[in-house]
Amino acid sequence: MISSIVLVTGLLLILIGLWGLLTHRNILRIIIGFSLMGTGTHIVTVAIGYVRNGTAPIIDRALDLSEATSRAVDPIPSALVVTAIVIGMAVTAVMLAFAIRLYDTKKTLSIDAFMDSKW
Amino acid sequence: MIRRLFTVVAIVAFGLVFASLAIDYSEQQSLPPLAESYVRLVPLALGAPNVITGILLTYRAFDTLGEVAVLFMVAASVGLVLGAGRSPRNVSSETDEPRPSSEIVRSGAEILVPLISIFAAYIIMNGHLSAGGGFQGGAVIASGVLLMLLAYPQYQPNLEFLTITESAAGALFVLAGIAGLIVADGFLDNRILPLGQFGAFFSAGAIPLLSVLLGIKVGCELSVILEKFRP
Repeated sequence: MISSIVLVTGLLLILIGLWGLLTHRNILRIIIGFSLMGTGTHIVTVAIGYVRNGTAPIIDRALDLSEATSRAVDPIPSALVVTAIVIGMAVTAVMLAFAIRLYDTKKTLSIDAFMDSKW
Repeated sequence: MIRRLFTVVAIVAFGLVFASLAIDYSEQQSLPPLAESYVRLVPLALGAPNVITGILLTYRAFDTLGEVAVLFMVAASVGLVLGAGRSPRNVSSETDEPRPSSEIVRSGAEILVPLISIFAAYIIMNGHLSAGGGFQGGAVIASGVLLMLLAYPQYQPNLEFLTITESAAGALFVLAGIAGLIVADGFLDNRILPLGQFGAFFSAGAIPLLSVLLGIKVGCELSVILEKFRP
């Protein structure tokens, strides 16, 4: 149940990001749309790894070693998302760097001004 | 108008695909076999209570090395894009001096930056015991650097120091991996150091060491990226 809510939230975030990506003409807003899509993907990935009545796969007082395989959630999606968050941030940094350079050349952030290579 | 229509069609199509995914989704009742073996093996064979860190820094440490390489490439490409030939920003404004930040921001930074640094060290060092690890701690370090850049516009991080530290951390990470090839079972195996007592601070073999190296490397790289964005 809980993971369905998280899954739907993530899918909605992806849709919102895609909508922002396609409708806005400002480059910064497009980058925000990309980030929202990325965050939505992370949430979906984590939601898929949920196991019913599961808890974080960390062995401590709350989760005994003997019952770990029956009560822990899938650790692989979480491990993938940890790295994906950092890489998503890095990709955002590259996009922002390009946005700064585009602004320097045309003094505007609207993508309508960048039609030079459009066929 | 046509563009609007395309947008709506694309959103609706994606929405339909996602809706069918969400409707057919049902929660897993038990772990898939691969995940089950990870959950069983990481505490027993690697001695790390945190299964996710065990996967990130031993079983899939090669992926982590690749991620670090991606981060390095991003730092290099941001430097390339924002580097030479960029017109200086605040030439046109009447004052060359950037406006100093307010008292509140400076006092807040003075209190918060040490706390952020300690918190980052805590996150990095406890990566094998509880939620945390090198990536997260490195990001926290970079947030401290960002706060410094905001509070003190003249603050100049020592780029040479950051670059050398980062390269040294990366080289040591690879060397630890090669030591795993020689002493233990394979590249980036954590059993080059004794596993120690399960759940103790110094345990889980080389995982804390790799965590620290990763944290230093990620923190330095993100700080360099932030510094490049300064106008």
